[in-house]
Amino acid sequence: MSGDKKQIVRPYGDTTGDGMVQVSFTLPVAHDKRAEGAAVQLANKMGIDPAMVVHAKPMGDGFTFFVVYGRVNHLVDLHAVQVVERDFALLSAKDVNTVIKQRLRRKLSVVGACIGTDAHTVGIDAILNVKGIAGEKGLEYYRELKVTNMGAQVSVPELVEAARVEKADAVLVSQVVTQRDAHLHNTREMSAAFREAMPAGRRPLLIVGGPRFDESMTDELGVDRIFGRGTTPGEVASYLVHALITQRKVMA
Amino acid sequence: MRKGRRERAVDLCGGGDGVTGKLDLDPVLVARARELARRAGQPVVDLARSHTTVSVERAVLRLAGVTGADPDGIPWVNRLVEAVAADVGLGHGVAVPVFDALVREGSTDVTLLAQKAAAGSVRFTQPSGRAATAARAAARKAVGAGIRRIDRRRAERDRLVKRHGDPLQRPWIYLIVATGDIYEDIPQAQAAARAGADVIAVIRSTGQSLLDYVPEGATREGFAGTYATQENFRLMRAALDESSKEVGRYVRLTNYASGLCMPEMATLAGLERLDMMLNDSMYGILFRDINPVRTFVDQRFSRQVHARAGIIINTGEDNYLTTADAVDEAHTVTVSQLLNEFFAHEAGLADWQLGLGHAFEINPEVPESFRLELAHALLARELFPDAPLKWMPPTKHMTGDVFRGNLLDGFFNLAGALTGQGILLVGMMTEAVVTPWLSDRDIALQNVRYVLGAAGGLHEDFVPAPGGFIRRRANQVLGEALDLLERIGEQTLLSAIAEGTFGIMKRPADRGKGLDGVAAHEADYCNPATDILEAAA
Repeated sequence: MSGDKKQIVRPYGDTTGDGMVQVSFTLPVAHDKRAEGAAVQLANKMGIDPAMVVHAKPMGDGFTFFVVYGRVNHLVDLHAVQVVERDFALLSAKDVNTVIKQRLRRKLSVVGACIGTDAHTVGIDAILNVKGIAGEKGLEYYRELKVTNMGAQVSVPELVEAARVEKADAVLVSQVVTQRDAHLHNTREMSAAFREAMPAGRRPLLIVGGPRFDESMTDELGVDRIFGRGTTPGEVASYLVHALITQRKVMA
Repeated sequence: MRKGRRERAVDLCGGGDGVTGKLDLDPVLVARARELARRAGQPVVDLARSHTTVSVERAVLRLAGVTGADPDGIPWVNRLVEAVAADVGLGHGVAVPVFDALVREGSTDVTLLAQKAAAGSVRFTQPSGRAATAARAAARKAVGAGIRRIDRRRAERDRLVKRHGDPLQRPWIYLIVATGDIYEDIPQAQAAARAGADVIAVIRSTGQSLLDYVPEGATREGFAGTYATQENFRLMRAALDESSKEVGRYVRLTNYASGLCMPEMATLAGLERLDMMLNDSMYGILFRDINPVRTFVDQRFSRQVHARAGIIINTGEDNYLTTADAVDEAHTVTVSQLLNEFFAHEAGLADWQLGLGHAFEINPEVPESFRLELAHALLARELFPDAPLKWMPPTKHMTGDVFRGNLLDGFFNLAGALTGQGILLVGMMTEAVVTPWLSDRDIALQNVRYVLGAAGGLHEDFVPAPGGFIRRRANQVLGEALDLLERIGEQTLLSAIAEGTFGIMKRPADRGKGLDGVAAHEADYCNPATDILEAAA
């Protein structure tokens, strides 16, 4: 903000302060004069006044697509902007690989599984398979990650053993089924088993994910991180780098 | 102005005889590339011919008439194959033990037998002598009836195509719907057909490829896609038959023969008159970590069924370019196309059924990126002059900038028109932003219509200059493909896959999902479906 005194701004079309914006949307209305009026009404309610419907096109049965240009009367107060900071930086696959290569100087080992009776591998596969999800490749795609995907219905002792054999830096567990809080019981059982089997300094990072977890329950469940619905592989990879390399170096 | 089937096949291949010879490809090198692909692929075919899988056997039972699922939703074909494997193993094939039991029970209802077997009240044996002959004959009769149903569906398609006609333009316009709910998919697919789509693909629920069974019935919940089930296939095909009548052209339906149930998906697609199926030789191995042997065995059977059903396969080379650099790794697409072609021909598919895949995925920041795209697209066109190539839109370099995305899609469409592609998957400017909105699809189709309307015949005029950039680049990619094929030839395809030659994944033949469902043939292995399909081929 240094040197920038301007705290109140408006959208910019071609003149400072003109407040011009452009929006497009579809209304479930057949195209006629009334439909265009409806588009103007919506734009007005959005704070666009005057609103110009510059394009209206019928689509299929009973839908019309609009492009609207106009002036908004809202002001933006830069002082009042609040940004929720992620506690770790989101890195590209390339950056993840570079950090691991330069600072860990070996492949980072990740073991993933669905534990208990949960047979829904959709979550763990979305994060681990090369195929990935939402246009992002899974962790297998990262050259500097060594991924072991144990699949579904893995027992906790099997998981602990695999983590030992693979010298896992991190263990990823996916839980979809929530019947009778199975996801919580399974996670507690898993974290307890790791605590019992390995001393604190040698224990892999424990990460659990699934659509029904509360991300703030890490302490209660004895894990290092919980990822909820909509998590992408890139977020998980960035977190791994943060927790195992970047942050650790800072603490050391 | 309706056209016969033979004519259509040629038609879909883009400029027909006008196209070949635009790149000065050395015919000796092209022949060499095919020979190397054959050499790399043949050991895999031998492996596929000497093994079976649970899914191949389940497909045989589906052809023999086993339908439905138990109260937990596990299909009776799964229960029956498990029961037979527990008693006599998988290596004889399940057809003979199943029909031996049926003959002994004096019944013809295979589904009822599956229910009894699941309850533990039937024991299976591998019969010999007269009992074996009787069981084999009964199995062949039942499976033959299933294959005749597929034949009837194919004849029905031919009739409907004749009645309603094919799209007037090429490439065919291919659009995706994916709501997760088949009853939402249907109106969306019908709206898309009205708006100009020639082919509708229903994306499957995320992770269905890793289910070792085919879900049953109409489904209304899926993860980012709709489950592929026989009933969903039937519902959507019936809806598109209505649309075909309405729009005056036959609207095709596509689904996915990939993952652990390839053979069953292919069978259900044939039984429900789907028209195209995604079917790639290596996709499941590389991207889903499915065991390589399982994949190749399943793939061969599924392609034999597709061949019989008159289904056009779409291969998945576009996927390589989403993980690897589209310039550096362009030759891996060519290699995969050659392998897919070899496996497809071996399984009995004709050239007009080979929707070999490729994609417009070069980083637009790369200088001359469009000329590079044209070189790659034309190379595929020239190498496979009789195949209806499947041209896939940009995804990797689509950002939230929808305006730039729309421009990129326009260039993608133009490249498709210039190089005579057969099937064009419509790119969405909101790729990587949202699942397409109604308006996104409309804008995307407008983009396609403009380009095809303005420049649909431009492939006739488009002949890259001799010695110019495009010809040099195409020949370079072919050269690199030959080098890679030579390297594969020094080992085997399986070891090349194990060592990470394709994509970046190492996939050893003794690892991956579904390996426990693979069995080597016993000397008396019997699969009436394969027998019938191979006799016809």
